Amino acid sequence: MIDIGTLSDIPRQGARVVKTAQGDIAVFRTLDDTVFALEDRCPHKGGPLSQGIIHGKGVACPLHSWVIDLASGEAQGPDHGCAKRFAVELRDGRLWLALSAAQEAA
Amino acid sequence: MNAIPAQHPRLVVIGNGMAGMRTVEEILARAPGKFQITVFGAEPHPNYNRIMLSPVLAGEKTFDDIVINSREWYAENGIELIAGEKVVSVDRESRLVMGEFGTTRPYDRLLIATGSDPFIIPVPGRDLPGVVTFRDMADVDAMLDACGVGGSAVVIGGGLLGLEAANGLAVNGMKTTVLHLMPTLMERQLDTVAGGMLKADLEARGLTVMCGADTAEILGTERVTGVRLKDGQEIAADLVVMAVGIRPNSTLGRAIGLDCKRGILVDDTMRTSDPFIYSVGECVEHRGVCYGLVAPLWDMARVAADHLTGVADSLYIPAVSGTRLKVTGIEMFSAGDFIGGEGAEVVEFRDPSRGLYRRLVLREERVAGVVLYGEAEDAGWYFTLLKDAQELGTLRHTAIFGQSVALAASGAPAKDPKAALAALPDSAEICGCNGVCKGKILTAIAEKGLTTLDDVRAHTKASASCGSCTPQVEGLISLALGDGYQAAGEKPMCKCTTHGHDFVRKEIVSQGIKTMPGVMNRLGWKTADGCHHCRPALNYYLLCAWPGEYQDDAQSRFVNERNHANIQKDGTYSVIPRMWGGVTNAAELRAIADVVDKYDIPTVKVTGGQRIDLLGVQREKLPEVWADLNAAGMVSGHAYAKGLRTVKTCVGSEWCRFGTQDSTGMGIKLERMTWGSWHPHKVKLAVSGCPRNCAEATIKDFGVVAVDSGWELHIAGNGGIHLRGTDFLCKVTTEEEVLEYCGAFLQLYREEARYLDRTAPWVERVGLDYVKARIVDDAEGRRTLHERFLYSQKFMQIDPWAERAPGAEAAQPFTSLQPAE
Ligand code: SRM
Ligand SMILES: Cc1cc2nc3c(=O)[nH]c(=O)nc-3n(C[C@H](O)[C@H](O)[C@H](O)COP(=O)(O)OP(=O)(O)OC[C@H]3O[C@@H](n4cnc5c(N)ncnc54)[C@H](O)[C@@H]3O)c2cc1C
Ligand code: SF4
Ligand code: FES
Repeated sequence: MIDIGTLSDIPRQGARVVKTAQGDIAVFRTLDDTVFALEDRCPHKGGPLSQGIIHGKGVACPLHSWVIDLASGEAQGPDHGCAKRFAVELRDGRLWLALSAAQEAA
Repeated sequence: MNAIPAQHPRLVVIGNGMAGMRTVEEILARAPGKFQITVFGAEPHPNYNRIMLSPVLAGEKTFDDIVINSREWYAENGIELIAGEKVVSVDRESRLVMGEFGTTRPYDRLLIATGSDPFIIPVPGRDLPGVVTFRDMADVDAMLDACGVGGSAVVIGGGLLGLEAANGLAVNGMKTTVLHLMPTLMERQLDTVAGGMLKADLEARGLTVMCGADTAEILGTERVTGVRLKDGQEIAADLVVMAVGIRPNSTLGRAIGLDCKRGILVDDTMRTSDPFIYSVGECVEHRGVCYGLVAPLWDMARVAADHLTGVADSLYIPAVSGTRLKVTGIEMFSAGDFIGGEGAEVVEFRDPSRGLYRRLVLREERVAGVVLYGEAEDAGWYFTLLKDAQELGTLRHTAIFGQSVALAASGAPAKDPKAALAALPDSAEICGCNGVCKGKILTAIAEKGLTTLDDVRAHTKASASCGSCTPQVEGLISLALGDGYQAAGEKPMCKCTTHGHDFVRKEIVSQGIKTMPGVMNRLGWKTADGCHHCRPALNYYLLCAWPGEYQDDAQSRFVNERNHANIQKDGTYSVIPRMWGGVTNAAELRAIADVVDKYDIPTVKVTGGQRIDLLGVQREKLPEVWADLNAAGMVSGHAYAKGLRTVKTCVGSEWCRFGTQDSTGMGIKLERMTWGSWHPHKVKLAVSGCPRNCAEATIKDFGVVAVDSGWELHIAGNGGIHLRGTDFLCKVTTEEEVLEYCGAFLQLYREEARYLDRTAPWVERVGLDYVKARIVDDAEGRRTLHERFLYSQKFMQIDPWAERAPGAEAAQPFTSLQPAE
């Protein structure tokens, strides 16, 4: 896991991007300060999920408004598709991101 | 004995105000037809909600809105109303009431509810014309008349009444000064911190507040001209409002020999020293206490009705009541012992940048007093803790952070407003203004088959006054009717709420809600933080309602508005600098060319809006690209905004052989006035120099076509999905008029359209005649709309690109997180 900074680096109901060899990873922070990480690519047409509006535990993609569940990476409602998940955790005040996708790791 | 025997005992009520008529309502509810009732009222009106005089003064309600019982209601219930005749004496021997014009009525039971009188400080000049008090509708009319003439006003007294009067006068355009004797405002409801915040907020609205100001004399010979203070200072005034306090109106009671001290003395059954005479309201004194708020009156009315009808043997027990200031946009609440002192602990929370303050006074682990300032959504919760004197236990350390945080931290299930409502006992009071409890609302819904908020308001008065209980009332309707209930009949904004756009907008303004969590809490949102449909709309409504006060919420903005550029299909962005009226020059073009080279921008395109689009910029590079454009004097073109986009122009009289006016110059002036403004949807303007209309002004939201004798104004065109030509609004002669009509029209659209309505569908919905009535026929209204537009622009015309210069805090979201080594 890598140290990517502190919780306060990410705005509440917002996201920041981490550039990695695997591509961009979006790290989200919800209203209640839960943190999630997903590949920054919408399963629809690749929209940057980090730029969407975050509400509850979901994000609305900025390109065509699919809503992606932050915990599972799955598109909600009638849409189908899944964004890759990454493990992220808050330890000793720092955020740690796993660089291998969760599905693969699990 | 000369009383004529009657079939029914006769009840005469003296005082057609809130306490007297409430008692009558309670009597009718218990034993309809038991009494033959006559009501004398000194005021020439049916009874009305006195506490709502403040919103009437501020122009937020009309007198008709605040009438509690219409004349028809009296007739339907067989009540004789003698309005406009004051009772001057009562013959207790023969049980006969006499009015000032000679009307007499015999009684078997008498109810005195004469309220209170404003206290007039005994200074010279107090009787001059132009000195008024604030107690009844006649006072409000006198103040509104004075506002019609204009000038300046002095309000003596910085308590609840004085401040509501001052705010109303200021809203009506009077230059208003508040003189308050004590060092801080509302010292009987607020501690010094909250009092200080209140002063600052009022001053920010343009009021002058002088504390420690002791009035020596009211100046003037024919009529009032000013006020002189004891320290010699003089303040000019065309109107002086005395609002220093009230005194129980026990004149009549005293005159007829009832036992009185400050007020008419009553026992725990609301009976006076004469067993046939009861008294309720502000005119009474009960165990040494006189009251000045409505909450205690509801209890008095119940007790008096119980005893008059003989259905129950209740006793009046005083309870704490809370206070709110009814100044739209200022949220405060106070109740109980808010100062503290020996044996008390004080817990405070302050967030100066958001203007929030909370103070809890605890005694023996229980809430003894509370002050909320800036946000008062949790007032009901704190007030319940106070009234129930519940031991705080696990809530002790978190209560100050408000209900949701405290309950979550204490491990209690997250706040479910519906479950909380369901759990309340039937006797729980829901509407404080009108004293309506849960049971009464549910019974009315069931018995009368009510289905809408308006029905419930009409039948029970719940939520019909200040509106702060609207969510609970709606909650009860939906509890009773299940999912069949649709708020206010309007289509809901989204799945997070049952309310429609218009309703939400109205409540934001009328309840003075200033934050997004505030809207969601007060209007009973079903989700914790809304969704991508409602949040951008709420963000806009709040921004529009509270210019300069509301903090824009970037996380509730669609990507383009958050990043101040248009996202493209590959996740890159396009950048469009503003090109005023479509005019540019060599320096700007050179700077654009340099930016294209320096950042390797793949595509440069001339847009359909007469400016230049730089397509394919990486998000991280945006702040640098903008900085370079800023350096050359260019600002954001807002090509991404639900806001003012472009003002297209043609060359006009400067060059064109047909041009009749300087259309390019006019367009630039319009763009200078309107740039930066946020709207329900995008807004586009155009100015053509003659009816050949090369700028396509007749498919724009606001189009101007020059003719020899002036300018033709057109509105509500749309060149998009559904092509719609404009409607002709009117013709004006000067450039100043074009600017004023344009600003007024845009402001009307900003204030009244639903989010994502462009001007075309909005005007089709409200009708061209309505817009003409507001913009063309009503010169005064047009001027004030335009002024509000300009006021809001003071806060909007800040270039968002410059704010996000590389390195600035606002530029942070554009950079990536850097993994630590
Ligand atoms: C760039 C531009 C096309 C061009 O290359 O010329 C353009 C590009 C887009 N237009 Fe447009 N419109 C552009 C002028 C227009 C015009 C012409 C005009 O303004 O005179 C119209 C018709 C006039 C009108 O608005 O009534 C126009 C009617 C629309 C519509 C339909 C609006 C409607 O009310 O029906 C949309 C869709 C929408 O807003 O929902 C749209 C949406 C868009 C979006 C924002 C689509 C999107 O959501 O991504 C495009 C963004 C491209 C970008 O990122 O830059 N664009 N668009 C023009 C920018 C003008 C500027 O300088 O700001
Ligand atoms: C502007 C304003 C704002 C207020 N805001 C709030 C608030 O936010 N919250 C709150 O709790 N309280 C508020 N109050 C106080 C509240 O209005 C009073 O507590 C309430 O009206 C008292 O009711 P009452 O029936 O005792 O007196 P009133 O409502 O004053 O009724 C008395 C009536 O008796 C009539 N009368 C008097 N003498 C005679 C006579 N001899 N013969 C016939 N008729 C007579 C009077 O004309 C009057 O109509 C406000 C008051 C004012 C003026
Ligand atoms: S017409 Fe407008 S929205 Fe459609 S492709 Fe062209 S730029 Fe995009
Ligand atoms: S790319 Fe995300 S919804 Fe289309």
